[in-house]
Amino acid sequence: MTETSPVQVLRAEAPQTVAMESRPGISLALTKHRLVLWLKSPRPYLMLIGFAGFLGFWYLSVEVWKLPRFSEMPGPTEVLREWFSRDPTYGLSIFVPEYYMHIWVSTQRIAIAFFLATVIGVPLGLFLGWSERFKQFVFPVFELLRPVPPLAWVPLAIVMFKGSETPVIFLTFLASFYATALNTMLGVESIDVSYVRAADCLGATRWQVFRHVIVPGAMPFIFTGLQISVGVAWFSLVAGEMVSGQYGLGYLINTSYTMVRYPTIIIGMATLGLVGYVSSAAVRLVGDYLMQWRTRELALGGDR
Amino acid sequence: MTVQPTLSLSPVAQPVRKGGVRINDVVKIYGAQETGILAVDHCTFEVPAGEITVVVGPSGCGKTTLLNALAGFHSITSGSIYLDDEMLCGQGKLKAQPGPDRIVVFQNGALFPWKTNIENITFGPIMQSAMTRAEAYEKARDMMADAGLRGIEHNYPGEISSGVRRRVEIVRALMNNPKILLLDEPYRALDSLTKSVMHEALLEIFYKNRVSIFFITHDLEEAIFLGHRVVIMTTRPCRPKKILDINIPHPRDYSVLTTKRFREFMEETVAAVHEEAIKAFAAGEKER
Repeated sequence: MTETSPVQVLRAEAPQTVAMESRPGISLALTKHRLVLWLKSPRPYLMLIGFAGFLGFWYLSVEVWKLPRFSEMPGPTEVLREWFSRDPTYGLSIFVPEYYMHIWVSTQRIAIAFFLATVIGVPLGLFLGWSERFKQFVFPVFELLRPVPPLAWVPLAIVMFKGSETPVIFLTFLASFYATALNTMLGVESIDVSYVRAADCLGATRWQVFRHVIVPGAMPFIFTGLQISVGVAWFSLVAGEMVSGQYGLGYLINTSYTMVRYPTIIIGMATLGLVGYVSSAAVRLVGDYLMQWRTRELALGGDR
Repeated sequence: MTVQPTLSLSPVAQPVRKGGVRINDVVKIYGAQETGILAVDHCTFEVPAGEITVVVGPSGCGKTTLLNALAGFHSITSGSIYLDDEMLCGQGKLKAQPGPDRIVVFQNGALFPWKTNIENITFGPIMQSAMTRAEAYEKARDMMADAGLRGIEHNYPGEISSGVRRRVEIVRALMNNPKILLLDEPYRALDSLTKSVMHEALLEIFYKNRVSIFFITHDLEEAIFLGHRVVIMTTRPCRPKKILDINIPHPRDYSVLTTKRFREFMEETVAAVHEEAIKAFAAGEKER
């Protein structure tokens, strides 16, 4: 490599230049460096080819070959035309305010449910991993409830919670919560006992060990859990919205089905995919930001 | 990288020597008294204050069990361990309390990867509230400069080589003014060239600080090169088989390795260690 990457700069000059105050600058440079590497690698182009293949298959099977079971389905041109139309045939496109209302309502529900799942799931997971006794009380119940899918909770959710909003949020919360708590617990259990012993040697109290060793040590697993958690939140959100609610992408898909607006279904699905991707990317970014040590280790590893 | 070993060997006289350990008839049985595995069998020896004592034995012989008891990670079954006339563990208190007077440097290294090097080094005094943050940072900078570690303060351990990581870990321990350092095969994972550099660096740190060192290894050459005293252990159960005082004068450097005296110590001990290695190997075979 002829040009110096920020990583090399980090290694060679870091000593004098990297004072604590310039750390954000370094992480920004690293992010930029990784972006440039990504663009230079074949990955983005392979990705584009993958998308082209998928859309091509859809187009050919529906609009050109008109394969048996595909004939009822809307083709990509029809969907795209509808999606970006100022005057959509079925009443929904990017120029219709209602479209954003659906996205906004779903996103809001996800945000609330994900927030609750994180705030409850992370501490629960930390204590499950940290205290053997606590785990013996709680974990069996947890493991018994975990395989029950959110859909099976629908009747109880409607009975337990008032209105149409809280049951949906509860269902969304459930799956998220399990993923977060379980991964956090595994994160604590994955911590090398040497770190805890080293902290003991260095005179840390039990609480200091928790704060300085257990929490940061479990962080990589916690963020893996949170990424899974946002994913499954969308999952159960749609299930919940199909059952109750007046707005939301799941509701949109379900009503479009009953009203035979097939292109709108596809618009709803594609929007879900996009918004879901953006939300898990956001979680990953927050994780990268909070775990500079890991980002840098990975950057160094990737550089070789 | 601006890390350079400073090669001036400057022994500083330290009047009060601390960190003597007396291991007294220590027995450790894993599991139940009768049916358990006897790991340490009536082990008695002394770690003189202000010296390097190296314990040599084949892998799995029980020497780490002894270190864990001394550090306070495990209980003992009977016997006692004293540090400068203070009982760490013994009758009525079978597990010692871990503390900054005896700090372990771990086999695979235990610098916190989520803290920068200087955050690692200042961890002890800050946790114990023994120093303010500013004081701790100032002392850490001085000690790092002294150990040839200037310039990597704000890097993470993942960004430096494993040899340098070991040095950072030793500085992290020394920040607490420990009475004794407990090193559990710290150079096991290093290649032999890096190892030789690390040995000299460790001796240099020792000459500067005169802290007692309890060093565990299976490498006889390493043991004789570093140690004032070498304790050769029998294998499972572990008990001293041979205790040698290595009267090669300190400060030592790598030229010692080719001297006649060094060779003689090797000859004297190699048979004993080899015998135990064979026993350990045979025991391992039987268990499988």
